[in-house]
Amino acid sequence: MSERIVVVGGGMVAHRFVEALRSRDAEGRFEVVVLAEEPRPPYDRVALTTYFTGRDPQELNLGQDELWQDPLVRLRKGIAATAIDREARTVALSTGERLSYDHLVLATGSSAAVPPVEGSDLRGCFVYRTIDDVADLRGYVEQLRSDHPDRPVRGTVVGGGLLGLEAAGALQALGAESTVVEFAPRLMPLQVDEGGGEQLRRLIEDLGVRVLTGTATAKVLAKRTGRAAAMRFADGSSLDTEVVIFATGVRPRDELARAAGLDVGERGGVVVDEACRTTDSAISAIGEVACIEGRVWGLVAPGYAMAEITADRLLGGSATFPGADSSTKLKLLGVDVASFGDAFATGEGTLEVAYADAVAGVYKKLVLSDDAKTLLGGILVGDASAYASLRPMLGRELGCDPAAFLVPDVGDAAAAGIELPDDAGVCSCNNVTAGQIRTAVSEEGCCSLAEVKGCTKAGTSCGSCLPLVKKLVETEQERAGIEVQRGLCEHFDLSRAELFNAVQVTGLHTFSEIIARHGRGHGCDICKPVVASILASLGNGHILDGEQGGLQDTNDHMLANLQKDGTYSVVPRIPGGEITPDGLMTIGAIAKDFDLYTKITGGQRIDLFGARVDQLPAIWQRLVDAGFESGHAYGKSLRTVKSCVGQTWCRYGVQDSVAMAIALELRYRGLRSPHKLKLGVSGCARECAEARAKDVGVIATEQGWNLYVGGNGGFTPRHAELFAEDLDDAGLVRAIDRFLMYYIRTADRLQRTAAWLEEIDGGLDHVRDVVLHDSLGVADELDAAMADHIGGYQDEWRAVLEDPVKLARFTAFVNDSSPDDSLQYVVERGQRRPVMIAGPDLAVRP
Amino acid sequence: MWVTVARLADLPVERAVAARVGTDQVAVVRLSDDRVYAVGNRDPFSGANVMARGIVGSTVVDGTERRTLASPMYKQAFCLETGDCLTEPSVNLGTWQVRLREDVVEIGQREESV
Repeated sequence: MSERIVVVGGGMVAHRFVEALRSRDAEGRFEVVVLAEEPRPPYDRVALTTYFTGRDPQELNLGQDELWQDPLVRLRKGIAATAIDREARTVALSTGERLSYDHLVLATGSSAAVPPVEGSDLRGCFVYRTIDDVADLRGYVEQLRSDHPDRPVRGTVVGGGLLGLEAAGALQALGAESTVVEFAPRLMPLQVDEGGGEQLRRLIEDLGVRVLTGTATAKVLAKRTGRAAAMRFADGSSLDTEVVIFATGVRPRDELARAAGLDVGERGGVVVDEACRTTDSAISAIGEVACIEGRVWGLVAPGYAMAEITADRLLGGSATFPGADSSTKLKLLGVDVASFGDAFATGEGTLEVAYADAVAGVYKKLVLSDDAKTLLGGILVGDASAYASLRPMLGRELGCDPAAFLVPDVGDAAAAGIELPDDAGVCSCNNVTAGQIRTAVSEEGCCSLAEVKGCTKAGTSCGSCLPLVKKLVETEQERAGIEVQRGLCEHFDLSRAELFNAVQVTGLHTFSEIIARHGRGHGCDICKPVVASILASLGNGHILDGEQGGLQDTNDHMLANLQKDGTYSVVPRIPGGEITPDGLMTIGAIAKDFDLYTKITGGQRIDLFGARVDQLPAIWQRLVDAGFESGHAYGKSLRTVKSCVGQTWCRYGVQDSVAMAIALELRYRGLRSPHKLKLGVSGCARECAEARAKDVGVIATEQGWNLYVGGNGGFTPRHAELFAEDLDDAGLVRAIDRFLMYYIRTADRLQRTAAWLEEIDGGLDHVRDVVLHDSLGVADELDAAMADHIGGYQDEWRAVLEDPVKLARFTAFVNDSSPDDSLQYVVERGQRRPVMIAGPDLAVRP
Repeated sequence: MWVTVARLADLPVERAVAARVGTDQVAVVRLSDDRVYAVGNRDPFSGANVMARGIVGSTVVDGTERRTLASPMYKQAFCLETGDCLTEPSVNLGTWQVRLREDVVEIGQREESV
């Protein structure tokens, strides 16, 4: 009989607790019931603002759904705990039930603290804490906008801290004007000093947000309708505003604990010891509701630490709270802000080294010990790239001139040279040290950044430490003598990207020349198709021309997809998934005549299975005669551009998604790439084309198109990330052209766009700079390469049918014109499927 | 008993074709130096007759270069000389005798396993 743990609260910390407990409690000692007040599973509250770009609240959900399907875990959504009976060890629920517990974990978090301002409860006043808060805000602003489309909605945020600036960003994302009102003399008074605050104000104002500091809100004034209309300040001045967001802090939700007689801190929060236990040893408190070492932490990292400690203690461990600091790095409205350690130099004898450049928009300050050697804290505004390297050095000697970290360019070089001690924390979200990352490489056999992430969880939450993790992994691999294998295979020491560059520069166009110059031996099934793909991307005629044909994998060699019995499947192109009834009947007739198993694909086209090699030309002759062309389902190339029906028929569509999908499919058809490429176009934010699961996803907006990149389904599903907003048709096509060409040139073999974006130096931001701002000066070259591709496109199958030399390969036997008679089939659900001779029989040598 | 396959000049270079030899199917490979090998067409791992559609290559084993044919199905490489799978040496494709008469390639009997 397992013991029952009841978790009150369904937020991020509760989620982490359940995850930690279930991953360690292999014997199933505990069952866990999670009481979530909100009607949804735990979600990423830190990323709440992305609700305005991602739109689908489910994308914020944390972790894997499997956690909630675990038979030992029960998530009860929309249910609150109303009282604790410590004597009976039961919790009363909002449903009237009583739930008994062996151990109770309070993870109730905090609620938004609204200051006692008259009118703060008027319609139009909001807080910024939950998905519901954000959804209400969104609905209200959208309503106002449709009520008076002639002028922008006016919004005000009370509170210029972290949350306030997030909320200002949300207002901007909703197309509202925003003003931030802060009582303190500067923005983010808890994180940055005067110099940092001044720079931050400039950067935020440049983004069109009005900033009023040193301003106290006295009252929200209403119209006759009872809706907020204006604010009055303590100095008597006023401001017209229809939306007011209070982001003035949070208060721990400790009322259950108070009522149950547990000790509560002076400024709120349930008092816990270093093991996160309250004054009742059967009750723990974790996260924002806990008062540990005399204070309440409003950050997620200490909450996660408490979740881990509680799980460990319940399973007989002895983990204790390691202490926490308020170090943060954020991107607010696109502006980098970081603050760490003793940022305000409160320690005795501390020295400050600051660098301010109002023109470049940066302010950086380091706080050092009195001998200027040991790093104690710092503030970075405008450019926080040094944060990942500096934060782990807190309390340690920097070993070089501190100024080196602050000056642009030089700073990066210095940061790269830092040798982190093993116990230095690298990922503060998941509490991973440099030593753990090194061990993952040297002892646990992780060979890539992705494997290290999977093994240690480093960089899997906010991701700000990823550049540092990557550097550590590479350094450790070199040190361990693990040659960082960049080469393609035993024949080439060059990576695919390097080989691409080499072939482009030397202009070689046969495999024999290329391997003689850049490799050794006679090639293999890895490097030959890579060279074939590079040659195709660089425009070297038909993929079966001359020596190129011999390099192709069987799919490209037969222009069809090999199936398990040695026959092939045939996929004609159906651009955008749009097909006429006649086209559909042609495909049907061909399938019937050749007895091909027929299936609709996920990419909105039709796959015809069971074609023998010798049947392929006859099948294609009929398809080509009916106006079809190769669908390149066999190639590492563009597959399909999936679309929804869009504006032309759909009541909700805002753009013609089918026309755009067809245009894109015809533009990029036949484009050879490091891996298959899938695109999608949705006609509105409902996203019926599932475009965000594609390498390139396009979603219509009222103003144009939003472009997402780096999504995929498959083995490691990933949503595409927002790349650019509200592009017009030409801007969209240009951005995709460059994105694809840059990918083709720089990605590794069989690396989808998601993995490429993760691995490439600078990540998504770098690629965005290259594509949208031509930061490498290669845009013209990329545009020209795409123009060449489009101009040189030919239907591969039509070209084969017109060329007797290429046609000659489509025979079963070189010395016998009869077909292969060894293939066997049975009929299932009205169609045939292959029968394989029971299991593969392996010829074993005597 | 020798079976005619094709004229040497008609075989693709560094690639394979399938041929019938009696009731057997073989994959015939012509290398760039005009050496010709014949191995079984049946991929022992998948059970499908597809070896002739694999990629021809090379690999260095113990300092010596071996010429290879990779299965198009699950990509195991086999030695053209011995028919042995290089990653699972107990698995073998079978090898056939090959001779060149005039400029015509002929295939003979299956060679006895060593």
